[in-house]
Amino acid sequence: MAYVAIADRDHELEHHDPTTFITKYIWSQDHKVIAIQYSITALFVGFVALVLSGMMRLQLGFPDSFSFITPVSYYQFITMHGMIMVIFLLTALFLGGFGNYLIPLMIGSRDMVFPYMNMVSFWVYLVSVIVLLSSFFVPGGPTGAGWTLYPPQAILPGTPGTDWGIILMLVSLALFIVAFTMGGLNYVTTILQARTRGMTMMRLPLSLWGIFMATILGLLAFPALFVSAVMMTLDKAIGTSFFMPAVISMGEQLDHAGGSPILFQHLFWFFGHPEVYIVALPGFGLVSDLLSTHARKSIFGYRMMVWAILAIGGLSFVVWAHHMYVSGMNPYFGFFFATTTLIIAVPTAIKVYNWVLTLWQGDIHLTVPMLFAIGFIFTFTHGGLTGIFLGNVVVDLPLSDTYFVVAHFHMVMGVSPIMVVFGAIYHWYPKITGRMFNETLGKWHFWLTFFGTYAIYLPMHYLGFLGVPRRYFSMGDTEFMPESAFVLNQSITISALFVGVVQLLFLYNIIVSLKKGKEAGPNPWKATTLEWQTPDTPPKHGNWGHELPVVYRWAYDYSVPGYHDDFIPQNVPPNPDIPAHDDGTHHS
Amino acid sequence: MTFALVFLAIIMATVIGWLLRQSLNTQPWDAKDPLENQPGRGVINADPAKVGLIAFIAVVTSLFALFLSAYLMRMQLGDWRPLAEPDLLWLNTAILVLASVAFQVTRGAASRDQPLTLKVGLVVGGVCTTLFLLGQLAAWQQLHASGYFMTGNPANAFFYLLTALHGLHLLGGMWVWGRTTMRLLTGADAQSVRLSVELCTVYWHYLLLVWIGLFALLLST
Repeated sequence: MAYVAIADRDHELEHHDPTTFITKYIWSQDHKVIAIQYSITALFVGFVALVLSGMMRLQLGFPDSFSFITPVSYYQFITMHGMIMVIFLLTALFLGGFGNYLIPLMIGSRDMVFPYMNMVSFWVYLVSVIVLLSSFFVPGGPTGAGWTLYPPQAILPGTPGTDWGIILMLVSLALFIVAFTMGGLNYVTTILQARTRGMTMMRLPLSLWGIFMATILGLLAFPALFVSAVMMTLDKAIGTSFFMPAVISMGEQLDHAGGSPILFQHLFWFFGHPEVYIVALPGFGLVSDLLSTHARKSIFGYRMMVWAILAIGGLSFVVWAHHMYVSGMNPYFGFFFATTTLIIAVPTAIKVYNWVLTLWQGDIHLTVPMLFAIGFIFTFTHGGLTGIFLGNVVVDLPLSDTYFVVAHFHMVMGVSPIMVVFGAIYHWYPKITGRMFNETLGKWHFWLTFFGTYAIYLPMHYLGFLGVPRRYFSMGDTEFMPESAFVLNQSITISALFVGVVQLLFLYNIIVSLKKGKEAGPNPWKATTLEWQTPDTPPKHGNWGHELPVVYRWAYDYSVPGYHDDFIPQNVPPNPDIPAHDDGTHHS
Repeated sequence: MTFALVFLAIIMATVIGWLLRQSLNTQPWDAKDPLENQPGRGVINADPAKVGLIAFIAVVTSLFALFLSAYLMRMQLGDWRPLAEPDLLWLNTAILVLASVAFQVTRGAASRDQPLTLKVGLVVGGVCTTLFLLGQLAAWQQLHASGYFMTGNPANAFFYLLTALHGLHLLGGMWVWGRTTMRLLTGADAQSVRLSVELCTVYWHYLLLVWIGLFALLLST
């Protein structure tokens, strides 16, 4: 079947043409509505996780000052914070939110190829979030096993939430994976099969390359989490011994015997490391488009950027055990995983150089999205470099259980993706809502968040070098920790609370601008990609009116010499008045 | 994890190789009339549902490969005592092969527009699959009666787990089969169910392969 026929299947769209309030906004099969549903749910649950981190910081900065933070609740906060941020916020927002909104619009399609499955994907995701949050209200509360849920402690008495919390966590993860798989199959198939005429793979904006590769990684890696969740549920619920060794718990010999906790770690990190890239690759893609658009310059080395995404995707499956150096392993394995970890830094570094070279001599507009995009380059480079430290076995061993690791993964996987999330929301907000946000508030939001997060995480590296252990509820009186470490902890806590409160600026801005923002017009950033060329803003159901757009060029025709505008949308036909690009001066 | 890695390496090599081919010899910065380009470069010449199914099969392959990796790793520990697989499994396997054959015949009938063969084939395929699932349950009962409880040994636990997982995937297929059969029996013509029949056939063949692989592994360990 020819591809044009698929992209032009107008009649199929009529099947889910919304006619009532419920089909338009609740049981909607429109990818844009589903994207917004995904995003709002993810942001809501992300705010819950942000509050949890604030509570943890209160305890760490001012130990034993707050009666509502006990050792038990501290571990519950830490676990839920980690799991929510990584899975239920970032994965869901990048792929369920941005993926859903941008894929059909950027490829010139009317919707996803399986709209019904897309709708079900969101509702299953919502159920998984409800199941997860319900664990706050069950006897024993949520699990406090840490987001990695290592057995045997995750399911043994003594760890918080071993009554119901851990079961709800595992069920919630399994549901999330089902939801993600339904969404992911949609994203992959839509990008492959529903592109409009002229939209070759190599004319896709990098946002979609990132989302595409991340989805493939998710589809192949999430099963590892599913496998470990199922096996751990069985260990907990009916007493099998997949992961559980012989254990004496509370003076009693348990029925488990012979299981391997290391097996769990392998399965978990076989998912866990690709997960880093499931979050990072969409961020890489989105930030590439933000930088190019707001620097009015074509992305530097488009093909190299695509190849780097492919290389990172492939390599991300062979580095997982660098999370397990402290679990002990054959030194040759350690050598292997350290080497692969360092190799993956090469395509990643290529991307960073290309972003910087895209900015080089660009006509940089310091808009709010651009500020966040540049902020991302800083925080990502920072977090990436400390990753190279930790990828080496001999450096990792002493640092692994300290705040150095907390600082590293928050810079690389917390702050950087969130920079992209904010940048991307500000960037596409005018298209999604038809209104502009308040630029001044946006800039305040950026600068306070950017410096605030540095005030949190930069000192944590020093705490790590001092040997301050992570995961501890309270440090107590320890000789190796100087007084300054405690003062630093207070300063970090104040910064963290400050940054948390600053996010209200963002919430206020996007809510108030819905009504009070000035009309954005169809293409306020003068961007080239197809979503900015829709006949309506916000795009209506079916996106394109009667005719699908036809694509003639790539997504990065900015500042083409001789053309009257400094951008040429992808659907503008070649024009003899525009000089060809083969002069080697501009686009080579 | 070697087992899972090999499978994933094959899948990733296929995906990345295909994507790389899209990128070679292209000058994305050159604006061209799309008619001058190879039409639909990078579009697979198949219905989206088929591409979706192939992607789903890749996901399920990853799932089973990871379970098998866990199986092989857990097996090496000292407490593993292999269980004696019931002979009934041979019969079940034969029935599942029959189901697959029935679907293959149905697929041919759908493309040649032979409504009677189509209906009979579809029903036979469904009945055989149901028999297979009942047979698996009977095998569970036999094992249970012989004292092979799930908590007794990891080998038992894996047996129940893997067969249950395979059975659940077949049940998912049966849902699509049920919808297709209902449509056909309530008057839909062969042409309108052709795609569903084709997808079912591919899925059943795939699950037969998975079962043969699982069965071989269970027998040999």
